[in-house]
Amino acid sequence: MTLQEIVAQLNLTCLTKPRDFSTVRIRSGYASDLLSCVMAGARYHGVWVTLQSHSNIVAVAALLELNAVIITENARPDQDTIEKANEEGVNLFLTDKPTFWVVGKLWEMGVRDS
Amino acid sequence: MEEGQTGDTLLRVERGITDEAIGQITRVEELFYELKIEDSMTRDPKVVTPEVPMRAVLELFRQTRISGAPVVDQDTLVGIISIEDLIRALVKSDLDVPLKHYMTSKVITVQAQSPVIEALKTFAQTRVGRLPVLDENGRLVGIITKGDITRGVLRALQHEIQLEELKRYRASHLFEDIISDRTSLVLRYYIKPRDFAHGGQASHHIKRALLRLGASPQVARRCGIAAYEAEMNLIIHTTNGGVIRVGIEPTDILVETFDDGPGIPDIQLAMTPGYSTASEEVREMGFGAGMGLKNIERCADSMQLESTPGKGTHLTIRIYLRPPGGQIRDHKI
Repeated sequence: MTLQEIVAQLNLTCLTKPRDFSTVRIRSGYASDLLSCVMAGARYHGVWVTLQSHSNIVAVAALLELNAVIITENARPDQDTIEKANEEGVNLFLTDKPTFWVVGKLWEMGVRDS
Repeated sequence: MEEGQTGDTLLRVERGITDEAIGQITRVEELFYELKIEDSMTRDPKVVTPEVPMRAVLELFRQTRISGAPVVDQDTLVGIISIEDLIRALVKSDLDVPLKHYMTSKVITVQAQSPVIEALKTFAQTRVGRLPVLDENGRLVGIITKGDITRGVLRALQHEIQLEELKRYRASHLFEDIISDRTSLVLRYYIKPRDFAHGGQASHHIKRALLRLGASPQVARRCGIAAYEAEMNLIIHTTNGGVIRVGIEPTDILVETFDDGPGIPDIQLAMTPGYSTASEEVREMGFGAGMGLKNIERCADSMQLESTPGKGTHLTIRIYLRPPGGQIRDHKI
C-alpha cells in the first residue's frame, strides 16, 4: 500500500510540504493518543493515527522514523508544529473523520501489521 | 506515477528494499521540489533564427551533439526545432527551406525560478523532450531536458552525501585518532521544566550524534527512545529541570539524567506500567501514560533509578555498542 493511495482514498489533507507519496510504502499502523505507548508500540516507517496535534508529535514521529501522522477530527496543529515537521521530514495529514473511521479504512485497505 | 520519466527511473530502483534506501529515495523526491530549474538547466543554449535553412540545423546538431534548439527572433522565443523536425525534413529531402517551416511554434516553456518538479510534470503531460527556460521577464535563459534534471539531482545528492560522509568520517575516527588509555566523549543537554515546545529535541540530537559516530541504526534508535522518555520525564516532573549527560565510549553508551527534585517516593510503583503522577493537563497532551520508564527499560541493556524525595533523581541507562561476551540482546527495535 502506498501513502499516495491512502491519502487519496481517505481524502487526507497534507499539512506539510507535498512530496511524491507514490513511492512511500505503508505496511503497518498504530493508533493512540498516549505518546509513550506510541514510542513502545509503533513500528518504524508505519503510519500513526492520533488526535494529538501539539508539537511533540513531531518529535515522536521523527524518532520513530514514521512515514505519516494522520491527525483526526480536524485537530489542526499550529504553524510552528507544521514547520518543525517540515524541518524533520515528518509528513503530517489532517482529516475531519474520527480515529476509529481512519483505522477502519486503513485496515480495509490492507494496512494490518501492528 | 505521474511525475515524469526521470523520476520514474530514479525511483523505481526502490521495491522491496532497505530502510536506508527509502531514506535516500525520499531525499530524491524532496530534491525535485527543492532544486530550482535554473540550477539544473543548460545555460546559454545554442539558438537559431527562423530563416536559417534546415541544412544548417543538421550541421549544428551534428557538430554540437544536441537534439533540439530554441528558435529566437530579435530576442523573442518564437519556436523550437528538434531532431524529430529534422527527420521529417530529411525524409522529404527538404533541407534548403528555412527552419520556420518545420519548427514547433507553440512552445511550452518553464520558469527558471520554479522547482524542477514543474519541469518533470510538464514532460509527463506533453511528451516533449526539452523545455526552453524563461526568466521573470520572459527572456530565454536556458534549456532543460530530463537528462539535465537527473544530472542536477545526482549532483546535489552526491554533494550532500559527501558532506554527511565527511562529518561521519571525522566523527567516527574520533576514537581512533585520539590516543589515550580510555577515551570518552561527553554530551550534555540542559532541560527546562515544562518546556514542551522543545520536548524531544535533545534526544533527537543524541540519536543523530550517535549515527555520526558510527553507531548502528538500531543502537541509535534505542538510545533515542530511552533518551526521549528520560527527557520528557525531566520536562514533565522536575521542579527546576535537569541535565542529560551522554557518555560515549568505544564499547558502550551511558545516558544519565540528573535533577534536584521532587524525587520519586516509591520507585517500584513508578516502574509499574500505567502508573503515573502526571497532571491532568499534561495527560491531555498524551504524556503521563505511565509507560516511560518501562520504555527505557525495554531499550536499555541495563537501567538504574535512584531517587531521594526532596533531593532529586539520578537515572542511569547503559547501552552496549559491542555486547560483552558477544551476545546481543534481542530488542526487537
